[in-house]
Amino acid sequence: MRLIYKILENSNKQIDTIYMATDIIIHDQKDNVGVVVIEKITPKQDCKCWIMENDSSTNIQSVDEIPLGHKIAMTDLKEGDTILKYGHDIGKVVKPIKKGEHVHVHNVKTKKW
Amino acid sequence: MYMFTMLKLRSGNYMEIPKSFLGYKRENGRAGTRNHVIILPVDDISNACAEAVANNIKGTIALPHSYGRLQFGADLELHFRTMIGTGSNPNVAAVIVIGIEPKWTKKIVDGIAKTGKPVEGFHIERTGDIGTVMKASKKAQEYVMWASEKQREECPISDLWISVKCGESDTTSGLAANPTVGNLMDKLEPLGVHLCFGETSELTGAEKVCATRGATKEASDKFMKTWSAYNDFILKEATDDLSESQPTAGNIAGGLTTIEEKAFGNFQKIGNCKFVDVLEPAEEPKKGKGLYFMDTSSAAAECVTLQAAAGFNIHLFPTGQGNIVGNPIEPVVKLTANPLTVKGMGEHIDCDVSKILSREMNMSQAGDKLIETTLRVANGRLTCAEALGHREFVMTKLYRSA
Repeated sequence: MRLIYKILENSNKQIDTIYMATDIIIHDQKDNVGVVVIEKITPKQDCKCWIMENDSSTNIQSVDEIPLGHKIAMTDLKEGDTILKYGHDIGKVVKPIKKGEHVHVHNVKTKKW
Repeated sequence: MYMFTMLKLRSGNYMEIPKSFLGYKRENGRAGTRNHVIILPVDDISNACAEAVANNIKGTIALPHSYGRLQFGADLELHFRTMIGTGSNPNVAAVIVIGIEPKWTKKIVDGIAKTGKPVEGFHIERTGDIGTVMKASKKAQEYVMWASEKQREECPISDLWISVKCGESDTTSGLAANPTVGNLMDKLEPLGVHLCFGETSELTGAEKVCATRGATKEASDKFMKTWSAYNDFILKEATDDLSESQPTAGNIAGGLTTIEEKAFGNFQKIGNCKFVDVLEPAEEPKKGKGLYFMDTSSAAAECVTLQAAAGFNIHLFPTGQGNIVGNPIEPVVKLTANPLTVKGMGEHIDCDVSKILSREMNMSQAGDKLIETTLRVANGRLTCAEALGHREFVMTKLYRSA
């Protein structure tokens, strides 16, 4: 038997999503961090951000160099604030973070163990 | 004639999901994606014999491991469940069991024999390695030549039992690779497949949200009980705050900061599915089709070994930084969304979904691509891990032996 994968064109002629490259992806509109999805962003780079939840766009200027997969602060955050990603609590701020700065183990810690 | 289910893609296109694959039909009605003849040592000291037989008889594989002596209680039960389950997996055509003494060897042979497949046990005491290797090799030759005539036949897609586990995760896992698996689950669950996720400790931080995904209150309560027991154990044994282990150094390099962040990324793998039951490690699902949660360690090889022992016949493994794990009997399909991982270690990646990050591919297209890869592997295409010789068979041990 040969497996058949056939792409049929939809008769409704729905318009395909127009793909636009993005530098940062944000899961949920509530999130206060985004994830860098290009090899790296450099300081003072004007970055395009895509919010997956509602397919909207925004912009941010970076402060730090941030590599692929690492997080950027979308707002100013003070000690004790909660980091939201996927719309959920993923840890607490332990050092003040400015909008556009790198968010990682040096300024955020788990609320578990 | 083949039946197809039409699925409308977000892009406005359709992909036809085949309703069948080519598998090996087994005596008990299950179907395998592979046709292995395995040489299964009961205990650590029988590894040498098992490996000698596998060396003598081409086309067989030995599954050496480190345990099987002086275990007791729940730990011993898990040992037997893993051994019997591994031999019973439909990816296995026939089994040679070799142990030091007759009683435990027979117990495993009897357990596997319930499937109806050919199985024979040999014990080393009073015979020695050389005599046992000779006797077992003769039987192994008979089995492998018998199994080599088995043909793949058309099997319904519901004969796929798909397990999932992620590893060396980074933020690209939660953004894209894990949701791709979730998309596949959402599309294949209605077709009657069995699905399984695990990694109890790595749901920490997302445990309450995960509990709400139980199909029944009973399943939700069972999940919370299982998670709490695991968490209590971890807190009891921990000598530090566990931040050295969770997230791992690889996770942190990839941008994951906390266990909570890792957990919500991990949790994307189940899509919108609800789990029908919670399984003990290596326990066979008994409530029919659908998604199951299994209580497992989050270490890749341990988790896949337990899922294979529960009868799952194909595994999906999303990775970020590039975990390379394989399993001797259950093919492990790797996918990643991290373009640097694809570039640097592409020989380990069966399905590249990195175009999600550049927005050249949407989640539904990625899910379709993974379904296509999964079916090709189910039909016999070797996984990267199989071609590279990854056969990590790692028994889970619950506590010290007597």
